[in-house]
Amino acid sequence: MSIMELNGGSVIAMVGKDCVAIASDLRLGNQALSISSNFQKIFPVTDRIYIGLPGLASDVATLRERFRLRVNMYTIKEERELEPETFAHLVSSTLYEKRFSPYFVEPVVAGLSKLPTSTPESPKFKPFICGTDLIGCLNFAKDFIVCGTASEKLFGVAEGLWEPDLEPEDLFETISQTLLNAVDRDAFSGWGAVVHVLTPDKVITRTLRGRMD
Amino acid sequence: MASDGGAYSYSLTVFSPSGKLVQIEHALAAVAQGTTSLGIKATNGIVIATEKKSSSLLIDSSMLDKVAIICPNIGIVYSGMGPDFRVLVAKARKSAQAYWKIYGEYPPTKVLTREIATVMQEATQSGGVRPFGVSLLVAGWDITRGPTLYQVDPSGSFWAWKASAIGKNMVNAKTFLEKRYNDDISLEDAIHTALLTLKEGFEGQMTEKTIEIGVVTVPTPAELEASQVGAATGRPTPTFRILSEEEVRDYLAL
Repeated sequence: MSIMELNGGSVIAMVGKDCVAIASDLRLGNQALSISSNFQKIFPVTDRIYIGLPGLASDVATLRERFRLRVNMYTIKEERELEPETFAHLVSSTLYEKRFSPYFVEPVVAGLSKLPTSTPESPKFKPFICGTDLIGCLNFAKDFIVCGTASEKLFGVAEGLWEPDLEPEDLFETISQTLLNAVDRDAFSGWGAVVHVLTPDKVITRTLRGRMD
Repeated sequence: MASDGGAYSYSLTVFSPSGKLVQIEHALAAVAQGTTSLGIKATNGIVIATEKKSSSLLIDSSMLDKVAIICPNIGIVYSGMGPDFRVLVAKARKSAQAYWKIYGEYPPTKVLTREIATVMQEATQSGGVRPFGVSLLVAGWDITRGPTLYQVDPSGSFWAWKASAIGKNMVNAKTFLEKRYNDDISLEDAIHTALLTLKEGFEGQMTEKTIEIGVVTVPTPAELEASQVGAATGRPTPTFRILSEEEVRDYLAL
């Protein structure tokens, strides 16, 4: 029994056309026993960055607070908004600090990064997703990132359903179907899902009911 | 005694009854004895320049470096005590690399300047040390604030300037810069203005051996987007560089 599978849970992020989506299931378990069907694993970092933390639930809570602290310190000290690339490196270095007694969490970052040609009048953004392992090895992907107890299943479904340049609504459909169908094949993930689609002008958040059994 | 933190292990920087920290004022006097350095912010970059003076003809001045690169986007120049500057450069470089290790990018000019200023401030409040005998001009480029020029003093205070001068002749040089400066000066013009300002109080011959120049150039948005290669592997294109002796000679010839 791996500690990574103690509480269960999965997260997936996908790139669309000028948008990104990040979604997770809502289960919290103690091995095969389900405890909660409303355990959030995805947290907003800024208006344009979300982080998903699948893994050991206690470390999810700890890391969430650690990242909140470090991001707040960054924005106050530097008097500027954090970009997703920078946040990904911050996540990586925070995890690697505990190289030999790691947090049992494999974070997924999804965000929109401001392009250098962007101006306040006409803001331009580029979708950004990345994942890391539990000691912070960054994995930048152009398509999708999967993590958690259902990651193998998520990989298979995502490989089949994802296509480039999906519009926000199509991306929502793709990520939702990928997640719901993958977690149905995993005993440690499921019990509903939450999906966030980040677009340049708004974030669409929807809670889904899956097979509640 | 001293090792157990006895009665004499106080900071040497002690307030005088009139509220002044005399040690800091002495440090500023040390700076005022140093050779003139100046910086000018232009629309498309920044120039920092300094006078290099050797005490003897026999010194190989090519070994003397007064403009230092801290990280690819930031450079500094000093007036005052050379050895103190070297220590600050080492600390600043280390701080820039530590920042890179955390955030995967080099610090913005303001953040690095604040870091250096903190080191200099600590020397005014810690026991057993003296304030740094240097003033610095920090020039850099970053994506949030563009090109920025800061001055840091031995007290640890720092300001952003459009143009400033430190060291010997700083008062005259600043007056000269005030007359010459305008908000839409180009980098090329700024380099010439910098040389003209240095010439005002220059002792001896101005040659490529006795002048050192550093420039910050501003990348175009297109260049920035082109350089955005795989975040982890991409090396940033430097925006700060020190002009070679040949380049300095060409500017002096004009």
